[in-house]
Amino acid sequence: MSNISELSLTKIINGIKKKDFTSEEVTKVFINNSQNSKKLNAYISECFDDALKSAKSFDKKKDYNGLLSGVPIAVKDLFCTKDVKTTAGSKILHNFIPTYESTVTSNLWSKGAFLLGKLNCDEFAMGSSNETSFFGNVVNPYGKQLVPGGSSGGSASALAAELTPATIGTDTGGSIRQPASFTGIVGLKPTYGRCSRWGIAAFASSLDQAGPMTKNVEDCALLLQAMSGYDPKDSTSVDAKVENYSSKLTENVKGLKIGIPNEYRVDNMPTEIDNLWKQGIDYLKDAGAIIKNISLPHTVYALPAYYIVAPAEASSNLARYDGVKYGHRAKGKNLIEMYENTRSEGFGDEVKRRILIGTYVLSSGYYDAYYLKAQKVRQLIKNDFDKVFSDVDAILTPSTPSSAFKIGDKTDDPVSMYLNDIFTVPVNLSGLPAISVPAGYDENNLPLGLQIIGKAFDEQTILNLSLAIEKRANFKKNFKVWWS
Amino acid sequence: MAEKKFDYFINGEKGKWEVIIGLEVHAQVLSKSKLFSSSSTKFGAEPNTQVSLVDSAFPGMLPVINQFCVEQSIKTGLGLKAKINLNSVFDRKNYFYADLPQGYQISQYKKPLVGEGEVILDMPYGTKKVGIERLHLEQDAGKSIHDIDPDNSFVDLNRSGKLRSIMRYLGTCDGNMQEGSLRADVNVSVRKVGDSQFGTRCEIKNVNSIKFMQMAIEYEAKRQVEILESGKKIDQETRLFDVKKNTTRSMRSKEEAHDYRYFPDPDLLPLKLNKDLIDKLKKELPELPDQKKDRFIKDHNLSPYEANILVSEKEISDYYEEMIKECDKKLATNWITVELFAVLNKNNLSISQSPISAKNLSSLVKMITLGKISGKIAKDVFEKMQVSDKDPKQIVEEEGLVQQSDPKELEKIVLEVLSKNQDKVIQYQSGKVKLFGYFVGEVMKVSKGKANPNLVNDILKIKLK
Repeated sequence: MSNISELSLTKIINGIKKKDFTSEEVTKVFINNSQNSKKLNAYISECFDDALKSAKSFDKKKDYNGLLSGVPIAVKDLFCTKDVKTTAGSKILHNFIPTYESTVTSNLWSKGAFLLGKLNCDEFAMGSSNETSFFGNVVNPYGKQLVPGGSSGGSASALAAELTPATIGTDTGGSIRQPASFTGIVGLKPTYGRCSRWGIAAFASSLDQAGPMTKNVEDCALLLQAMSGYDPKDSTSVDAKVENYSSKLTENVKGLKIGIPNEYRVDNMPTEIDNLWKQGIDYLKDAGAIIKNISLPHTVYALPAYYIVAPAEASSNLARYDGVKYGHRAKGKNLIEMYENTRSEGFGDEVKRRILIGTYVLSSGYYDAYYLKAQKVRQLIKNDFDKVFSDVDAILTPSTPSSAFKIGDKTDDPVSMYLNDIFTVPVNLSGLPAISVPAGYDENNLPLGLQIIGKAFDEQTILNLSLAIEKRANFKKNFKVWWS
Repeated sequence: MAEKKFDYFINGEKGKWEVIIGLEVHAQVLSKSKLFSSSSTKFGAEPNTQVSLVDSAFPGMLPVINQFCVEQSIKTGLGLKAKINLNSVFDRKNYFYADLPQGYQISQYKKPLVGEGEVILDMPYGTKKVGIERLHLEQDAGKSIHDIDPDNSFVDLNRSGKLRSIMRYLGTCDGNMQEGSLRADVNVSVRKVGDSQFGTRCEIKNVNSIKFMQMAIEYEAKRQVEILESGKKIDQETRLFDVKKNTTRSMRSKEEAHDYRYFPDPDLLPLKLNKDLIDKLKKELPELPDQKKDRFIKDHNLSPYEANILVSEKEISDYYEEMIKECDKKLATNWITVELFAVLNKNNLSISQSPISAKNLSSLVKMITLGKISGKIAKDVFEKMQVSDKDPKQIVEEEGLVQQSDPKELEKIVLEVLSKNQDKVIQYQSGKVKLFGYFVGEVMKVSKGKANPNLVNDILKIKLK
């Protein structure tokens, strides 16, 4: 029974259906793993008792019709969960208990899954290392000293360490794909509008998108299908057909045209990353895909544009956390002082930094030079992708410019931290879907991922290409459990 | 020359000043639910009983535009003969305030829903167009609001109700200033006559009636003229109107003004309208005051003065149109504008609170036309109707007020009057024909006002020959 947690999500669901084991047995395994994982600091809130109750009641009802029948799932603590504390990794929401359930988590529960717990993340998803969380940094199972990436670092770490059979995160500039790459798992950011943002604490509304994080591509297809769908409560969600990704999943990618963008060969990129990329190209060639060199000329401007647009939206989105209605409230002699004290105490440094940047770039006199220009750059970056997608079916790049780095290594240098997102950010700015699939190791035996970017609403193609890589890379986790 | 009458001048000690006025009107869209949430907009409910998670800005909540409010705004735009923008954008106006849960207000800044339009004012000396710069939709700390900013216009304040009247005709705003459904911020500046540049303006807030608006503008214009004439400068600032003192006082200076950091709301896609929708709404537009007035003049033979009064409020024209289903148009107009208005004014009532229904007043007028009662009796009946709003037919029957139209009965009375006034009969017959009226009066007296005046005239003429 102890090897249940090593199984994929798909195998667990099938196992429950075939009565190889019960939902309760599955849940107990993951609860046990989770309880022994304190050193990873992956959880903010544990819902083990309720999860066990749900499992028992599932086993009684024996309704196996849902896509996710009988599985416990822990989710990033950015998703509002009814009657369960939701913090967004921030002190300002340390005591906030929503009376509502986010659309995406509702979708999971309506398909037979239930909540196992809330996973640590960077404060309001602002970070690339999970070091900005008010609840402390998360540790990568690949090493006591290593960050799991961010902002969905708790999700990535929990999945890699088998504390949950699958998880969901959010991705504003790489927050699913970068930690997926750092922990050797699959992570997909869907097309903007594919999943509802309703009930997810907002970071940058025009970029935020929820997505699945799983052990393999097959699970990813399944979870994506379960969580996606149009939601009239989110004006930016798109009423596009959700495919049956699982049944259409195939490693046959013969004849697909894959673009390799010149501009992603950045200066000082480690040879290992370059080699991994070449390896990926070979895998896809082997699978019958056609490789084409392409140009995305405005790539170099993506990161600066992102670090204007995202903080601008964040500065406004986070204005609601003022101590008046819910969450942390500090004392003050008058209203303004109460606001100031609440926000000074409630927000961490990175969040404050981005609120300041965002306020600055929207200020009168600077708006045109920063925000407006960044929006124009964003359009140019979108145009770049539109142009190449008339010629190729998908784009292959590395997921990150490095493997997982050491805790504390970049905390004093925000810009070098931001550079982590260099390959992932253009995708968010363009609203496109992209996946990170584990493809190899660096010389320190740390996992590395490859990113496949697809056309809008064509998640199926990037899933198929990932499957082709997954079969050839034959990636296996190579850490021993050191934390329990 | 006539143009000058529209302008607003102040004679200062050192010359003549022109006053420039711009209004920013906040009108609450008449809608059951709010602009960006499904909560109710009902006035007067207990605090916080009509608040959704969106209104109170809980984490992860998202606004969804209310299609009905958009349609109401388009209708208003069409009623103002304004340009409807097929593409408009919602922006966030960022500032902190305790009654602003999101920390920003969703509004429209660079691309409003409705562009330039106009309101035409009918003045005794002609018509005046007031320009409308824009109309946009915005959320107001839980209320749905849209703005109308006529800029740089010369507004006759006695007619500022025109905009309100149009919106009430359209059913897009109830125009209730007491409940705050309609509010205005007033911008005032002055310049020397002949100057091409506008002066520095001040914005006056807290003006919640048309009368106060007028008082605030008059005070503020004089204040600015005095400052300028003493050689000082006007500071651009926001001022508050003090109702009790009838003055304006500084609220915040330009330096203290908020930097609202407007930017397009990423939670709402740009609003793209289909031309078909606008055409459909255009077809559904009700008759507006100007059109109604023209029809009353042309088809009902009313004078422009009468027509103006009737269309000034939708409820008045509704009352009139209800009446004339059954009775004469001219008489209906007279009874409304003279008798009914006197009663309403005396009791400080609006026409919708009228103690007499249009149906009953119409029935009264009809009885006059049919000769069932005299005009004099009608006034007595009208008095009684104010108390009970009974059907006048019933009152006339109960009180025995039916007009006496039996020629034989009337002849008896006529003969009785003539025999009592032999001397006057002789005077009449010898040429003093003015006495005819006296005889009529006496007959009416004897009949207690019930005699049919036309018949009395006829019989008198025969008997006096």
